[in-house]
Amino acid sequence: MLAHLPVLQVIVPLMGAPVCVLLSRPRLVWLFALLVSSLAFIISILLLQQVMVSGTIIYELGGWEAPWGIEYRIDKLNAFLLLIISAISTVVLFAAQTSIEKEISADKHTLFYTLYLLSLTGMLGIVATGDAFNVFVFLEISSLSAYTLIALGKDRRALWASYQYLIMGTIGATFILIGIGLMYQMTGTLNMDDLAKRLPEVAQTHTVLTAFTFVIVGICLKLALFPLHLWLPNAYAYAPSIVTAFFAATATKVAIYLLIRFTYSVFGLSFSFTTLPLQILFMVFGLLGILVASTAAIYQTNVKHLFAYSSIAQIGYMIVGFSISTITGLTATLLHMFNHALMKAALFLALGAVMYRIGSVQINQFQGLGRQMPLTMAAVVVGGLSLIGVPLTVGFVSKWYLVSALIEKGWWPIALLILLASLLTIIYVWRIVEAAYFKPLLSRKKVIKEAPLTLLIPIWLLVMANIYFGVDTRLSVQVSQAAAESLFQIQGEVSP
Amino acid sequence: MNLSLELMLQLCIILPILTVLPITLTRRQPNLRETVSITISLILFYCVITLYQGIAQGEHINVFWWELIPGLQLRFSIEPLGMLFALITSFLWIMTSIYSIGYMRSHHEKNQTRFYSCFTFSIGTVMGIAFSANLFTLFIFYELLTLSTYPLVTHAGTKNAKQGGRIYLGILLSTSIVFFLLAMISTWLVTGTLDFKTGGVFDPEVNKVLASGLLVLFVFGIGKAAIMPFHLWLPAAMVAPTPVSALLHAVAVVKAGVFTVLKVCVFIFGLDLLSVLSSTQFLLYIAGITVFMASIIAMRQDNLKARLAYSTISQLGYVTIGALLATSSGVIGSSMHMAMHAFGKITLFFCAGAILVTTHKSKISEMGGLGRQMPITMGAFFIASLSCIGVPPAGGTWSKWYVLMGTMEAEQFILMAILMLSSLLNIAYLLPIPFQAFFPNGLSKEALRLSRGAGDIPIKEAPLASLIAICITTLGCLLLFVYPQPLFELATAILEPSGVTNGK
Repeated sequence: MLAHLPVLQVIVPLMGAPVCVLLSRPRLVWLFALLVSSLAFIISILLLQQVMVSGTIIYELGGWEAPWGIEYRIDKLNAFLLLIISAISTVVLFAAQTSIEKEISADKHTLFYTLYLLSLTGMLGIVATGDAFNVFVFLEISSLSAYTLIALGKDRRALWASYQYLIMGTIGATFILIGIGLMYQMTGTLNMDDLAKRLPEVAQTHTVLTAFTFVIVGICLKLALFPLHLWLPNAYAYAPSIVTAFFAATATKVAIYLLIRFTYSVFGLSFSFTTLPLQILFMVFGLLGILVASTAAIYQTNVKHLFAYSSIAQIGYMIVGFSISTITGLTATLLHMFNHALMKAALFLALGAVMYRIGSVQINQFQGLGRQMPLTMAAVVVGGLSLIGVPLTVGFVSKWYLVSALIEKGWWPIALLILLASLLTIIYVWRIVEAAYFKPLLSRKKVIKEAPLTLLIPIWLLVMANIYFGVDTRLSVQVSQAAAESLFQIQGEVSP
Repeated sequence: MNLSLELMLQLCIILPILTVLPITLTRRQPNLRETVSITISLILFYCVITLYQGIAQGEHINVFWWELIPGLQLRFSIEPLGMLFALITSFLWIMTSIYSIGYMRSHHEKNQTRFYSCFTFSIGTVMGIAFSANLFTLFIFYELLTLSTYPLVTHAGTKNAKQGGRIYLGILLSTSIVFFLLAMISTWLVTGTLDFKTGGVFDPEVNKVLASGLLVLFVFGIGKAAIMPFHLWLPAAMVAPTPVSALLHAVAVVKAGVFTVLKVCVFIFGLDLLSVLSSTQFLLYIAGITVFMASIIAMRQDNLKARLAYSTISQLGYVTIGALLATSSGVIGSSMHMAMHAFGKITLFFCAGAILVTTHKSKISEMGGLGRQMPITMGAFFIASLSCIGVPPAGGTWSKWYVLMGTMEAEQFILMAILMLSSLLNIAYLLPIPFQAFFPNGLSKEALRLSRGAGDIPIKEAPLASLIAICITTLGCLLLFVYPQPLFELATAILEPSGVTNGK
């Protein structure tokens, strides 16, 4: 059984999805989906443990030997990602039943859980697989289910947002496919490990350069790197709250994982960063993303929009860390992927609670909510502080590593810029805090009560995780450091 | 009680923070709630005194909590400077607790429970700052202090209070996040440690340009020390209720700022390195300008609390100058000034609050003749003013003496002139207030006639609880003049193990 963990990680939710349709009773489906997701979570913990102890696990699908068969290759990097995805998915799913009651019509509940599990399958698959074409297959599974999930939103603008995402996402996926096709043409293999061995021989050809460009641009569309981020704010804002919480915490992380996997493992560090001016390109777009998106966040009146723009800015931080291309820089990126997942899941779930009680997340509706929904608002405050990077929250740990990495490299002005940009975070977080705590109560027809426990428990679980992993950083720092080091070892070269 | 000193130290930090719980639980019984808050302040003071006796006997007290990020630990230890800071804060907290009972009730403030819980929480973080064994721990508590005092500043909930809160949080968080954090991370990368060590952590051969830059980042990054141009948060914070202004913005928060500056100067850079850095001179002048300009601005303020706020900025400049002078007299002077100014300024704020609750006056121009109505308050105001100015028979004399001596040792004659000029300005903006109150010859004839017409003005003093607190702190100002010995010993002990070569 233990030997089959890598494939079970993906198969369990994949098999779970159609069963959801058969069960068809909403409550039962919810419990079943929760069970499936929890199983995936347990598997990911076991996998991470196994990888940390005994190193990379290679699993040959159907017993076919790579590079002919499809290979699942679990190393420290993707074991870490699997853990993030399945953990967030489970906690968010816990809150799903209550939240979708108000946001999705009852006849679509079964559909929702089916799609949710499919989307989870897709993300886990992208991360687990060691085969480039398989990546594309899972990418489509996760994307198609994502478009549908977003379209389930009650707001009619959700349809338009989903359509926008569909177009942009399809372009991205097509680019990735073209890139993979070109690589196959040049090397005759789709196995990532094999590709990494064969690509250097043909590295100087135009075809490989083109392939690389297509793959990178495609991934950047998926991860909403500025200026390819336009699909994200509306998709996040109009999707059902549960979907937003799940995607904001995981979907972009998966795309960043792909970016790291292709640049570090497949094409190799020297090709990605020395032959091509990727470093400066990513640095500039990362910084621009941070500044533009943070500024845009300040002017939003819809709080979901606000945090969506904040997500784009946070992706900018991860990209900056990535572009430093040192072990510390990569550690900072991986850490922030973990930490940002915790922050955004907590924040968007808390917004889900507001949506549940009030039915809107416009900032003027937050007036006086500090008194009416004290626990939900306290969660928003802690999540916001974590986003700012106040000590004893996870945000501080990420920021510490990112700034350290920049200073280590001697890039002082950028370190200063990053810190200055975090001031913008204070502004947009504080707009919500002031509205909730220092503005008079809005007179409403009905009395607003605190969110139900089924929402509060997962919210506070995530909030506590924000504090716990800000105080006890052993797990997150050790694993991301080990993952970053192993990626550099693949290269057989030491960071400059 | 026979608790180990290590436990005592942790109690000092945890106890006030945990007190938030009983305070919220007793929110429906104000008497019980205030009893809790005073009891805890007494216990805290007892703990601090025990610790003081402990280190007087040469005990080394170290506490390790846990490692946050590999190499960065939450660790506490006690050295004389921190001891001094803890002693001042914990003692004055008792006074403020007594005072606020009178103030908050007669002023019918709302949300008193939130007020008391945030207050105790922030005291806990101040203790954390005082006992930090490394810069990292200090930074964490420094940020927590900013956040926990924010609800106190915006307490009134008015538009004004919100605006003040924004400036307060904006300046303090941005300076610490942008400059302080950057300087700290760089120091860590350069030296590999953030522990406070006598003589500093930098290699003597360190790149001087880099170290100079870091020093500038540190001094500006510690926004709580209110060095210009990052001083505006302090006047903005004056929208808070007076007990907050008194304890936090004359003692705990601002002193946490200059305390951090002192710590960084003495234990991160070390006096030897400090005296050769090129930016030290620049920062000294900035601090000198702060002292002088703040005094000038103070003279033009008609709102009493605003005037006191600018006076505080000016006095903080003294402490920063003393630290940056990098001589032993300078360091002794600034650490003593932390205590002296704390007693003087808290009394002044107490008086301002007492005047506000009894007569609802906050403008200085309205306070003529007030001495007849509130003789004790105004008498206390007079003595505390003397202490701030630095003339006998009040404690401020000694600290200013040492800081001036420091400027002479370092041959900073321009600074010496600035400091003396500023003392004259102190006289000009502080003393007229009690003089006008007792001898209102500045009043128009009509006003005099009116006051005569009303016959003898009945004595109507501040609430008793507030009055007691005022008397005790005033007495403190006087006692520190007659009996500054323990304070002086603590201040000299700061430098002892290092064997300073500079100065003396």
